[in-house]
Amino acid sequence: MLILQQLVNGLMLGSVYVMVAVAFTLTIGMLNFLNFTIPALFMVAAMITWAATAAGFHWLVAAAFGMIVAILASLVIERFTYRYMKAKYGDATEHALPLVSSLGFLIIFEHVVIMIWGTDPMTFNSPFAHAKFEISGIIFGIPQLISLALSIILVFGLSLLLKKTQLGRALRSIAEKPDTATLMGVDVGKIVPVVFVMTGFLCALAGILFTVNYQHVSPYIGDHVATNAIAGMVIGGLGNIWGAIAGGLLIGMVEVLSIHFWGADIIKVPVWSLMLIILVFRPAGLFGHTQIGKGKF
Amino acid sequence: MSAYMTGIIIILCLNIIIAYSVFLPAAAGQLNLGAAGFMIIGAYTDAYLSSADEGLGLPIALTIPVAALFTGLVGFLMSFPILRTRGVYMILATFAFAEIVAGIVLNMEIVGGASGFPVTTHTELEVLLPVTVVVVLFGFYLISTRFGLSMRSIHDDENVSLLFGVNTHLVKVGAFTIGAFLGGLAGALYGHQFDYIEVQNWGILFSIYVLLYVLIGGTQTPWGPLVGAMFFTFIPEILRAIGDATGIELFTELRFAAFGVIIVGMMVLRPEGIMTRTFLELLFRKSIPKSNIKLS
Repeated sequence: MLILQQLVNGLMLGSVYVMVAVAFTLTIGMLNFLNFTIPALFMVAAMITWAATAAGFHWLVAAAFGMIVAILASLVIERFTYRYMKAKYGDATEHALPLVSSLGFLIIFEHVVIMIWGTDPMTFNSPFAHAKFEISGIIFGIPQLISLALSIILVFGLSLLLKKTQLGRALRSIAEKPDTATLMGVDVGKIVPVVFVMTGFLCALAGILFTVNYQHVSPYIGDHVATNAIAGMVIGGLGNIWGAIAGGLLIGMVEVLSIHFWGADIIKVPVWSLMLIILVFRPAGLFGHTQIGKGKF
Repeated sequence: MSAYMTGIIIILCLNIIIAYSVFLPAAAGQLNLGAAGFMIIGAYTDAYLSSADEGLGLPIALTIPVAALFTGLVGFLMSFPILRTRGVYMILATFAFAEIVAGIVLNMEIVGGASGFPVTTHTELEVLLPVTVVVVLFGFYLISTRFGLSMRSIHDDENVSLLFGVNTHLVKVGAFTIGAFLGGLAGALYGHQFDYIEVQNWGILFSIYVLLYVLIGGTQTPWGPLVGAMFFTFIPEILRAIGDATGIELFTELRFAAFGVIIVGMMVLRPEGIMTRTFLELLFRKSIPKSNIKLS
């Protein structure tokens, strides 16, 4: 029974990883860009939600603040990272330029937040701390259940959007080849910010749900979540949305179960060895046959 | 020399060595986000061999080279799987490698696990400074050789290098292995400066910063990591000094954020890093060939 409870907890934690992993996989799949600002966006949304609630706002208003700031920040990031990615020189380390800029943004955000609120972990008084129910001994937290449902609905909606709509077709054409997409009449400069809005939205939502569920925030929460989300993304395959869902949930469960059985440290070795093996021998991920370029999403 | 200056020079020297460790693969077009992994292997190997209490108590003239060579061997073996990947995949694979090393060391009770490991032999700058100078000279020498030329050609275009008969795989493995050797060297020297090592010092943030030294410095010339490491070591100190001098508290507190702004700005203005070939030609007043081909 205890195992079942841990499995449920793992699924709930995994649902947060899913959203962050999907944010990572979107930018890698569309733009071939490993966006290191994702942990910062996650953390900024969580911190602002906490700060606004502490200042006396209703938590929903606070969450809206967090989300708006994260999306705006993501748009600023787009302005200074992806826009400068245009292949000018064509050499081997050039694809790292937006990566380096995004690392710069990560440093900026973390230190601005530290400057304003300090490094101490803060407690978030969740309005749903006691909202839970029990089925034959297994406790389900209602906010956790809602976040699990939300993340799956969101990702389902996202994949529908990519498949069916005009915007989705444009996005997929950019993922295939930006130059050809431009020739076909896709305004790449207008469509790419949409990816960043989605990234900001997903990270902010994940950050807010994490704050509400686990009731603590600190300037460093993004790092741990993002590392695990990267692991989930790699398991699912880079650029594969459904893979990111499966990978994120899997990592959440592995984390909770391994802490339950062995403690937190030992699990790093098998998980990251698995990552390395997948990256080297099966870069498409465990599930899909999708690859960068053709047949993504 | 004040203790403050000595402290900065120690950090600068270590940063320069580790920067060359990441620069060599990067000069051959391979981005390495696993500097922490090599640093950990070098530091712990050296500490275990040289420590008098819990280790073997060997002299450091032996242990530092052995630690560096061992790290080089690990790098050589790891280069085969890691070099199968490229681009974003290689960044993630090297990152995974560093995490695996950190995870293994954290669970090795023989080297203290999570509580760290004391290094009993302390050295002052007399070891670190000459080694750093040798590493920098070696970096410059290596780039000037035929091997270095091959590295540069792979950095610019791997397929064309292959067509011209460069054994690209051999060059990439070589660059990665020498990089690992230097990473281990930096780790081994670190222990003797700070007398205590723990895995938590070398997390993802460390690897990120080292990669930034190299990319901000520039991967085209061996000046890149030198300038990059100096830039990253001195700028926060300069910003702190300005903050202290003007008495504006905000300056001191904002210095890391300002640092991030500088990084973003650098990528906008000088995406190839501070030290590029054209900039060096300008600096040393070599004649720039006039042609219609746009030099970058």
